[in-house]
Amino acid sequence: MLYTEKLMEHFTNPKNVGVIENPDGFGEVGNAKCGDIMQMYISVNDKEEITDIKFKTFGCGAAIATSSVATTMVKGKTIREALKITNKEVIEALEEIPAVKVHCSVLAEQALKSAVSDYYTKRGIDPTPIVGIIDESAAHH
Amino acid sequence: MEKFVYLDNAATTKISEEVLKEMLPFLQESYGNASTIYSIGRESRSAIEKARKQIATAIGCLPQEVFFTSGGTESDNWAIQGTARRLARKGKNHIITTNIEHHAVLHTCEMLEKQGFEVTYLKVDSEGFVSAKQVEEAIKDTTCLVTVMYANNEIGTIQPIKDIGKICRDKGVWFHTDAVQALSNVNVNVVEQNIDLMSISSHKIHGPKGVGVLYIKRGIVLDNIITGGGQERSKRSGTENVSGIVGFGYAITEAIRDMTEKVKNINILKNHLIESVLKIPFSSINGSLENRLCFNINFSFGSIEGESLLLMLDLKGICASSGSACTSGSLDPSHVLLALGKSHEVAHGSLRISLGKYTTKQEIDYLIEVLPPIVDRLREISPLWKN
Repeated sequence: MLYTEKLMEHFTNPKNVGVIENPDGFGEVGNAKCGDIMQMYISVNDKEEITDIKFKTFGCGAAIATSSVATTMVKGKTIREALKITNKEVIEALEEIPAVKVHCSVLAEQALKSAVSDYYTKRGIDPTPIVGIIDESAAHH
Repeated sequence: MEKFVYLDNAATTKISEEVLKEMLPFLQESYGNASTIYSIGRESRSAIEKARKQIATAIGCLPQEVFFTSGGTESDNWAIQGTARRLARKGKNHIITTNIEHHAVLHTCEMLEKQGFEVTYLKVDSEGFVSAKQVEEAIKDTTCLVTVMYANNEIGTIQPIKDIGKICRDKGVWFHTDAVQALSNVNVNVVEQNIDLMSISSHKIHGPKGVGVLYIKRGIVLDNIITGGGQERSKRSGTENVSGIVGFGYAITEAIRDMTEKVKNINILKNHLIESVLKIPFSSINGSLENRLCFNINFSFGSIEGESLLLMLDLKGICASSGSACTSGSLDPSHVLLALGKSHEVAHGSLRISLGKYTTKQEIDYLIEVLPPIVDRLREISPLWKN
């Protein structure tokens, strides 16, 4: 099997699919040229906790599964906690993913950062010191 | 039993019962090396020569023009590299091909480019065809070879082989065609179609894997690319794959015998499938529907990605294929679909269904039933889907 059972579970029954109307933060990474586009929507409360998160992904099985698992990992966490989650942890949550698909997990991490960055920008706060540089092309090596 | 529907006959085919039966004695009883003089060796030799005749009859050439190889890829490599090396010594270092060839041809041409050869990649039109005129205009004094596939493996479009062959003949340029997909689906005849070199493969026509043929027209001499003990009249060394060769001989005989009926049945199924699938919104067919192999259908569904689609189909027991980058391990989607001028989104979202002689109406009905909800589901997840 190309993918683990865990990954297939997230692919066939992805969690948190959809959009949030008037989100507190929105991010998009990837492009159709490479075959992956990931969008993330977040709702954030006064304590900077991510109360809701939704995604939409155009991409392969691994792209959909990493989006799904990443949203479950950050939901309910504070932004600071969520930003600490690395693509490695996303992969671990799916047990493993094929080497050629590692870029999908990077994409999920970057999509979240992009949404958080949008959240701070909307509040007039420079996101760069908190979020770092978002590498939208990280997925396209 | 779990559902299993095989709709990837352009990738490979199930071996025919009869073919397998003919092969088995050459694995278990008459396993002799065909180069030996004792009885089981002589049996192998005569089985190989019988298969050579069967293949010659099927493609309209002489038995001595049939050379066994390990498959389509080796045949393509031999035709191109063997010509290039030989004719470079006469100052001919230019090759003409198309931008939709199989990688066995494209990557071989690219390798030769690095070695100093000049290659012209003719562009197909939006329907997936090159014209004989394009070939004519590209030929120059230094051209050693024109290599144009008979029919494309991804979209099934059939090129004007006879006309291209005629032009090459008139200009004195050798003409090679990769007929791996075309064989057993259209009438392939090397004499009628002015072909000098032709690659064919066994496993695409219900024969075993690991055996192919390069047809080399009498009078043409290629450089060898595999040297050794001098098998295949000193042209292609290596102990013969006797059971494979026997299997190929029977498979081609069976395939040609049954072709008319098979094509008729597949056309009925194909029309039924196309009519039903195109009811899905934003679905389309890649490549012309005219002059196309009967068994090949290449759909695109807007806003979804091919690998996801294949995984969902696999969960339903359906085997198919896609031009998506994700299925190949590279980041680039199908070079064939891009060559038609399709967008990356369309190229990534393609689904190739290839029918075969064992495909039934029930199987097609099952695909028609499960496909639309899968497309719907993936579109729900997709940010590109704007309902």
